[in-house]
Amino acid sequence: MNAMTDAGIIRCALVGTPNCGKTALFNALTGSRQKVANYPGVTVERKAGVVHTPAGLCYSVIDLPGTYSLRARSPDEEITRDVVLDRLASETAPDFLICVADATNLRLALRLVLELKRVGRPMMLVLNMMDIAKRRGIEIDVQKLSAALEMPVVTAISVRKGGIDAVMAELDRFVLSAATDCAWTVPSAANLRADQRDADAIIRAVVKMPLRPDTLTSRLDAVLLHPVAGLICLFAILFVMFQAVFTWAQPLMNLIEQGFAVLGTTAHDLLPAGIVQSFITDGVIGGVGSVLVFLPQILILFLFILLLEDLGYMARAAFLMDKIMGGAGLHGRAFIPLLSSFACAIPGIMATRVIDNRKDRLTTILVAPLMTCSARIPVYTLIIAAFIPDTTVGGVLSLQGLVMFGLYAAGILSALGVSAVAKFLFWSQEMSPPFMLEMPDYKLPDPKSVLFGLFTRAKAFLYRAGTTIFAMTVLIWFLASFPSAPAGATAPAIEYSFAAMIGHAIAPVLAPIGFNWQIAIALIPGMAAREVAVAALGTVYSISGGAENQIGHMLAAQWSLATALAFLVWYIFAPQCASTLAVIKRETQSWKWMWITFGYMLGLAYLGAFATFHIARALGG
Amino acid sequence: MLRESPPVTSQRTPLGRAHPGFRGRIDAIDATGNASGLSSEELERRLIELGFVEGASVEILHEGAIGRDPIAVRVDSATVALRRREAMAVLVV
Repeated sequence: MNAMTDAGIIRCALVGTPNCGKTALFNALTGSRQKVANYPGVTVERKAGVVHTPAGLCYSVIDLPGTYSLRARSPDEEITRDVVLDRLASETAPDFLICVADATNLRLALRLVLELKRVGRPMMLVLNMMDIAKRRGIEIDVQKLSAALEMPVVTAISVRKGGIDAVMAELDRFVLSAATDCAWTVPSAANLRADQRDADAIIRAVVKMPLRPDTLTSRLDAVLLHPVAGLICLFAILFVMFQAVFTWAQPLMNLIEQGFAVLGTTAHDLLPAGIVQSFITDGVIGGVGSVLVFLPQILILFLFILLLEDLGYMARAAFLMDKIMGGAGLHGRAFIPLLSSFACAIPGIMATRVIDNRKDRLTTILVAPLMTCSARIPVYTLIIAAFIPDTTVGGVLSLQGLVMFGLYAAGILSALGVSAVAKFLFWSQEMSPPFMLEMPDYKLPDPKSVLFGLFTRAKAFLYRAGTTIFAMTVLIWFLASFPSAPAGATAPAIEYSFAAMIGHAIAPVLAPIGFNWQIAIALIPGMAAREVAVAALGTVYSISGGAENQIGHMLAAQWSLATALAFLVWYIFAPQCASTLAVIKRETQSWKWMWITFGYMLGLAYLGAFATFHIARALGG
Repeated sequence: MLRESPPVTSQRTPLGRAHPGFRGRIDAIDATGNASGLSSEELERRLIELGFVEGASVEILHEGAIGRDPIAVRVDSATVALRRREAMAVLVV
């Protein structure tokens, strides 16, 4: 091992075009030994890990964002360029590059390899997805390819056990030479064209293609990209997704609910009556439990998003939605970030980095929080269950389900409306930039990487529940419990608390939209995270002396239907999430866009709730 | 290769006007005067990065429901989605 010099660990970076299976290779190489963080100053994910080779060598690997060229047109691609060219102060330059290419689609990858060679760093090429290539009858002369590119070339099947043995062996064998001078300059169209010519010539010399392309993908696309059938399929998929979120999750949610109920009673029985008992049962168990119960729904939603992404369907969805969204001033590529926003606006806003045009990106960021995120689900479910009768419409559709669907639809429609207005107000003179997107062949998702993705999401949610949400729950419990009622007080204890003081103070502002002071209190911690409002309402009402544990029954008894509906409409729009606003600030690098988002959402929420409350009242709600 | 002077033939048409099922070869990329809002050099570079290079085979696989836009094009071994407006810069025979 000649490279284990005094410098110690050897650094390598994974580079490749989008959809080449780079991340699958990264997971296979590093296993669980990986760390996900952000590059300083930007929200581009920095994924790093450690590889231990069979011969006992140790490499550090970073997974760079996919790109077609080092020209870098988006923040993600700039990171790739800057790491490869050693322009990033926070990152030590990689000692060598591992290029990853999809063996079934070598053209664009080889052009990138030729461009990367000019950087002057040692390189190796990994032909990924060799199993699919073989199945399709694609033959690649690896030795000839290696000779033509003047670098080691190995094959891999990242998703299979033992599929990266050749990569590991090559890492043991790899002779690290010193980097030569960087000859890379921003390529012109002529440079790119010349490189693509060379790449095509190499492919002609070393690859034998079957006569027919992937028939499965073309047969599937015949339906899934059909102008009519394709859109029907897309909406059917979305419909199944939302149905699944509400029906599949139910048994698990009941289980979690019962678990917390048992925990609460046990704690209640074990602890002496008093402040500690109230803190543990009402504050901790009641508060955190009412939020944790939504973990199954969030995981099911993310499961669908991860599966559709890995299948290669997301690019098709963008294709189908481009014109429809274009009418509202959104880019086809905005579909994926907006769909992710149904789970949570934060990953959605971060996913807008794939949109290279700044104005398109800003519009998408502006409307992403209007998508019904999973944190609204607790609020919606609670109010719907309490106020909407559990009947069916026309014998098949559940009325509660329809209302839920309506809330989602309202979110989507208002997002389209807001983006159209934003386009008109801020950049009506601008040309809409091009929509150009590679559509990868369909492939079966790798269960391991899907599970890994789900695990990451679950961890993030539990972390939030354990920190922000827990802290806010404790705070609201404190506000609702102190100062305690004076001796001989007749009203419920909460009437004397800080919570009541704050609630009463802002209640006049909220009275025109039908909100009482209890709601006013719940909205304050709800700024930390929307779902906290549920826990807060639970705390406020259970402490106010009711024996009824079910928050829903309590609300049904205390609120008018008009108030409940106004509350639902408030939640479609209200900017009730401090973390989302923080991410908008970070992603746009401007306070202005954060305040614009906050302001327009608050305005819509107030107007919407106001209108709903008064219309519902006029109709006898 | 035969690229020194692309012969101007009568069959040469912009890909942006072709219908699904069209099969042909790219004869030239000419992004001058394109309506995409990008400079012709930039649009040309983006097209090349997605594999639109003279000589590559193209086939229009699908088109969108509204205004027959965007289109899904097979370019040699890859499938690319783009709008007809940008596809006007790809001249095919």
